[in-house]
Amino acid sequence: MTTVDTAGPDLAPGAGEGRRPTPPRPTRASRSRSRRGGLTPYALLTPALIVLALIVGWPLVQLVVTSFQEFGRAQVFGAPPAWVWFENYADVLTDPVFHGVLLRSLAFAAACVVTTMLFGTLVALMMTRLTKFFRILLSIGMLLAWAMPALTATVVWGWMFDTAYGVVNHVLVNWFGLAEYFQHSWLIDPLSFFVVAGLIIVWGAVPFVAFTLYAGLTQVPDEVLEAAQLDGAGGVARFRLIVFPYLKPIFLIVTILQIIWDLRVFTQIFALQDIGGIRALTSTLGVYIYQTSIAGGDFGHGGATAVITAILLMSISVFYIRHLAKEEEL
Amino acid sequence: MTRARLATVAYSAVSVVLFAFFVFPVYWMVNTSLQPNNEIRGSDLHFWPDNLTLRNYETVLFDPGRTPFLPAAGNSLTVTILTVVIALVFAFLASVAVTRFRFASRRAFIITILVVQMIPGEAMIVSIFRVIDGWHLLNTIVGLTLVYVATVLPFTIWTLRGFVNGVPVELEEAAMIDGCSRAGAFWRVTFPLLAPGLVATGVFGFIQAWNEFIMALVLNARPEMMTLPVWLRTFLVANGTTNWAGLMAGSTLMAVPVIVFFLVVQGRMTSGLVSGAVKG
Repeated sequence: MTTVDTAGPDLAPGAGEGRRPTPPRPTRASRSRSRRGGLTPYALLTPALIVLALIVGWPLVQLVVTSFQEFGRAQVFGAPPAWVWFENYADVLTDPVFHGVLLRSLAFAAACVVTTMLFGTLVALMMTRLTKFFRILLSIGMLLAWAMPALTATVVWGWMFDTAYGVVNHVLVNWFGLAEYFQHSWLIDPLSFFVVAGLIIVWGAVPFVAFTLYAGLTQVPDEVLEAAQLDGAGGVARFRLIVFPYLKPIFLIVTILQIIWDLRVFTQIFALQDIGGIRALTSTLGVYIYQTSIAGGDFGHGGATAVITAILLMSISVFYIRHLAKEEEL
Repeated sequence: MTRARLATVAYSAVSVVLFAFFVFPVYWMVNTSLQPNNEIRGSDLHFWPDNLTLRNYETVLFDPGRTPFLPAAGNSLTVTILTVVIALVFAFLASVAVTRFRFASRRAFIITILVVQMIPGEAMIVSIFRVIDGWHLLNTIVGLTLVYVATVLPFTIWTLRGFVNGVPVELEEAAMIDGCSRAGAFWRVTFPLLAPGLVATGVFGFIQAWNEFIMALVLNARPEMMTLPVWLRTFLVANGTTNWAGLMAGSTLMAVPVIVFFLVVQGRMTSGLVSGAVKG
């Protein structure tokens, strides 16, 4: 209880301007005094570099190499792979199945991001108006949702939307008299499948957005808001002219993170397909790569799809990385 | 009632509805897990476990007919603890290097860390699978741990770097004037001040490794080497009707440690996440 109580003040200074919860940075004077140290820094970096080279660097090279090869089950068992250069890429880029997957991923991510940001902003704004008791209550609820592992969350929501015994169908039929929801399958129809998947994702993501934006909102100086109110600015005008400009950097970063996370979504879709979706009609990029490569054994085309996905995601990440690098004065 | 008073009541009411929305699935998981399996398949809904039973937990924990829970929990715990310890040590060393020393490729290293962190794991599963297979480390604790260490390292380095930066070099220099060696000054003065940072990043690593699903699914598919998320999935794909009560008991067992840890470190959560982008 006490930990939740301190959420507000604790969150505020850290997240306020995208900074870390640390005391002031070392001054220029103390920086220039930091030492050169010869080989010591390299020795300190070695363990981390070795792990990253082995588990990120080397597989990345392998991935790119494989994407230029014909690499199927036979090659896994030792047959030498044939070089096909850009053939895999041409195949993937002209494959209507891939187009479907890509469009589906983009549309789904867009819907999730917009809903999450809208809902999260509203919750954050509301938190500033709540009395302490209700703010703590809502914070506890959101912390629980946030803490749920993605897989267990999906399993639980899958159970709630279960065709035969799910609480959702039961309530719709018995409380609202909607007889058509008796034994209604939520996951067979792809659109309805994505509504459920989106609900799971938004449910899990809103707490992060709301907490972060709320922390930002507490940084907006009251005097400025009061001055604006005295000058006759209404609620909407105050939000647009004062609150939003203050919030903009945080808003931007959170949106980018949501875009990246929602494009990368795997667990929720994958587990929901296990519960009852039609794989061919509901796969997103990550799940599709898994199916082509691991389940289907076609590492060449899977590799090409993975490289295309990685390029897409990395190009979005560039904004985020540049922002961090600037913010931190590396 | 005045307009302001009315608004307060309205906001409070909405916040209660939102609270219910966020908590209900968690509540429903626990509620289902405490009811007899035949009861949750009845035509009545039980919003409260009137026939409270721990049978589902017993089934999940000890039923010999299923992939057993305890070995999976053991695997999860082993991999998670190893990951946290190794990642913390490696990240600590690296963060000292980038904060306390100036060297030629320092900036390049930090940018690399940020870039590596954004490489989508989903795109890498195939090649990581093949590389780990090539080293004969599929279905081993070592293989999975190695992959998890690499996964959490960038974030851990980035966050610890912020914490080390927060401790003024002047403190160490004062200790050196008092006769400490450079390493001694760091160890006696700065290191104790980093405890909160180490705890926070350690818990982050714990949650990441404990929840991780895709890599574990691909790398440790053999029943006796499964981790908890993969074990939980076996319930979903089992033949016949899904044992929802058992599944909810399993989910509860898996979620509880994470929820507890989350509550412990939630103060540092948002800022860390904004700068680290961990929970996907």
